[in-house]
Amino acid sequence: MPAVQETVEQVKKIDVDQYKYGFETDIEMVKAPKGLNEDIVRFISEKKGEPAWMLDWRLDAYRRWRAMTEPTWAKVSYPKIDFEDLYYYAAPKSTEGPKSLDEVDPELLRMYERLGVPLQEQEILAGVKSDKPRVAVDAVLDSVSVVTTFKEELAKAGVIFCSISEALREHPELVKKYLGSVVPQSDNYYAALNSAVFSDGSFVYVPEGVRCPMELSTYFRINERETGQFERTLIIADKGAYVSYLEGCTAPMRDENQLHAAVVELVALDDAEIKYSTVQNWYPGDKNGKGGIYNFVTKRGDCRGRNSKISWTQVETGSAITWKYPSCILRGDNSRGEFYSIAVSNGYQQVDSGTKMIHLGKNTSSRIISKGIAAGFSQNTYRGLVSAHRKATGARNFTACDSLLIGDKCGAHTVPYIEAKNSSAHFEHEATTSKISDDMLFYCQQRGLSEEEAVALVVNGFVRDVLQQLPMEFLAETQKLIGISLEGSVG
Amino acid sequence: MLEIKNLHVKLEDEDKAILKGLTLTVPKGEVHAIMGPNGSGKSTLAYVLAGREGYEITDGDILWNGESIIEMEPDERAAKGVFLAFQYPMEIPGVAGLTFLRTAANAVRKRRDMAELSTPEFLKVVKEKAAKLNIDFEMLKRPVNVGFSGGEKKRSEILQMAMLEPSLCVLDETDSGLDIDALKVVSDGVNALRSPDRAMLVITHYQRLLNHIVPDKVHVLAHGRIQRTGGKELALELETSGYADYTGKAA
Ligand SMILES: Nc1ncnc2c1ncn2[C@@H]1O[C@H](COP(=O)(O)OP(=O)(O)O)[C@@H](O)[C@H]1O
Ligand SMILES: [Mg+2]
Repeated sequence: MPAVQETVEQVKKIDVDQYKYGFETDIEMVKAPKGLNEDIVRFISEKKGEPAWMLDWRLDAYRRWRAMTEPTWAKVSYPKIDFEDLYYYAAPKSTEGPKSLDEVDPELLRMYERLGVPLQEQEILAGVKSDKPRVAVDAVLDSVSVVTTFKEELAKAGVIFCSISEALREHPELVKKYLGSVVPQSDNYYAALNSAVFSDGSFVYVPEGVRCPMELSTYFRINERETGQFERTLIIADKGAYVSYLEGCTAPMRDENQLHAAVVELVALDDAEIKYSTVQNWYPGDKNGKGGIYNFVTKRGDCRGRNSKISWTQVETGSAITWKYPSCILRGDNSRGEFYSIAVSNGYQQVDSGTKMIHLGKNTSSRIISKGIAAGFSQNTYRGLVSAHRKATGARNFTACDSLLIGDKCGAHTVPYIEAKNSSAHFEHEATTSKISDDMLFYCQQRGLSEEEAVALVVNGFVRDVLQQLPMEFLAETQKLIGISLEGSVG
Repeated sequence: MLEIKNLHVKLEDEDKAILKGLTLTVPKGEVHAIMGPNGSGKSTLAYVLAGREGYEITDGDILWNGESIIEMEPDERAAKGVFLAFQYPMEIPGVAGLTFLRTAANAVRKRRDMAELSTPEFLKVVKEKAAKLNIDFEMLKRPVNVGFSGGEKKRSEILQMAMLEPSLCVLDETDSGLDIDALKVVSDGVNALRSPDRAMLVITHYQRLLNHIVPDKVHVLAHGRIQRTGGKELALELETSGYADYTGKAA
């Protein structure tokens, strides 16, 4: 099987340095002083040249955040974060104001090249031939977007794809209308923090009846030390529009933990469809559990219109701690939400992830396919809520949660909540836990597979139906990534 | 040629010796049967030949084609032609039988410096061999051994054996759990693989399998060593007298 072979080859190549994105880049930065107070919020807003209403919105969020406490219900444990000991704004000095590709600092371009992110507009993702569809990229480094490609071509189709800072300047009415309309400022502790200090992220608006002509993607990179990353993404698909969007993330290897608290809001109007895929590969920490990203993310999609559809696909391989529940509010009648997830944990990683499907409209449906793979000393929890409102007649959900354990020092947990306030709701839930045992590996090895090939075979079989949901362009890369993440998990 | 010389095996985690000086030679082109009471160490011998963890070889050696294999990983031995049809085959959830067969076949071909099978080539060979073993092609789309009956598991083991073209076949109680029709199908499958280039070691508790796979030699294993060696008539003798002579205290 070529895919398996490829995974294995990749695993072998990266024998010494598993996390190949762990390098640092030396770029001159502009930073706000450490710590968080109203002045920092003002500083960020001013740096971005935001309108007054935006500053007020941020300050409001900041005040609410101050009054909140960190949630403790997730099955993750970590030392208390000192929010005063972080930088909340860091931007490459060279990137003040929007830039075209040829104005971007060559050092930055080299960094993205090393990361395999295509910023040249004629190029596309590595390994994909040029007759395949192209991908537009928004590259966010620490607190700011450094460049967005294919903007003009997209504009011809009426699609707005830019950094959220630029959207605030160029399309304030759109931002004002939708920002916080899915994830309110005080939704939760991390969302409130994000609302106060978010520095950049991507903005997408696909107008009525338009099918976005190419894949859109944002590539997030944390580079600076002791700097939190708080990006904000807002995607709106107007009536009958379609967009497929992918986000990727990496960070250097560092001994200290770094905080990432993003908010993503999706709005799908009548007959619109948004497909949102994530390949999360933040630095997971070393094999002893030192360092790594704390990833506290709020992602929510609002199927606001009739017959709208939002589909989340996530492949989570990185981060020391993952706290993330991409959700769908099925408000429009006949709307549909999907959540496909592969969460891989190895070493001392802790994953608490899942989804919420909130059925409000009539004849809404949702589907949840979650695959958790735990290896090493990691803990991997699926946490999900499926609820049907009183008026949500004919709500349907299908949930399948499968866990795969590699070795006997890791744990997998499933925490499904179901609330049907409506007797016509039809919810189905299935869960399995299996284990890659020594006997299973021996069986495969007896048939000629090496230990790595055996693990790759079993894991690929386990995640296949979710992988199929990813855009083609990212499939091979992702398969390799899963292989790499499980490197050293046996033997 | 398989040469097992004065093999002493104990459990790695326990102070329990299982094989205590087992010596046995199987030339290529021959089929030898190993018979013995339950718990005499037949499966242990099979596992040690294939390189399973958990056993410690405290003395002796195993040579395959003149080369010691006891330090080799299981997959290295498989590449050298060693195949074990398991007494209890493992389930592999999520991995379709066809994927498994193809991955395994190509893994060993690659390591034997043979060209990998293309999809049409592979499908043609599998279809042929599966039909001979009375295996429904649809079954191969299901995950390996998951929900298979005892008989299906055993037939699937023989299909794997046929696909991997091993030169040393070890069959551990391939007859257990088979009705008479299935026994015939499986035996035919095994007999079809008999060849001057292959050595086979057929492990069984019962004589009945040996009516179908007629061995060149029969060895009786008890108390950790080969107690007797004879022709195929020895199996018949055991059928009438049972293992009583061998289950008492060690000689
Ligand atoms: N992995 C193991 N752990 C514990 N005991 C074992 C193990 N393997 C074999 N044994 C013991 O060794 C003896 C031989 O077992 P086995 O090789 O399975 O015999 P047979 O296949 O002839 O029935 C038995 O007493 C069995 O309980
Ligand atoms: Mg046995």
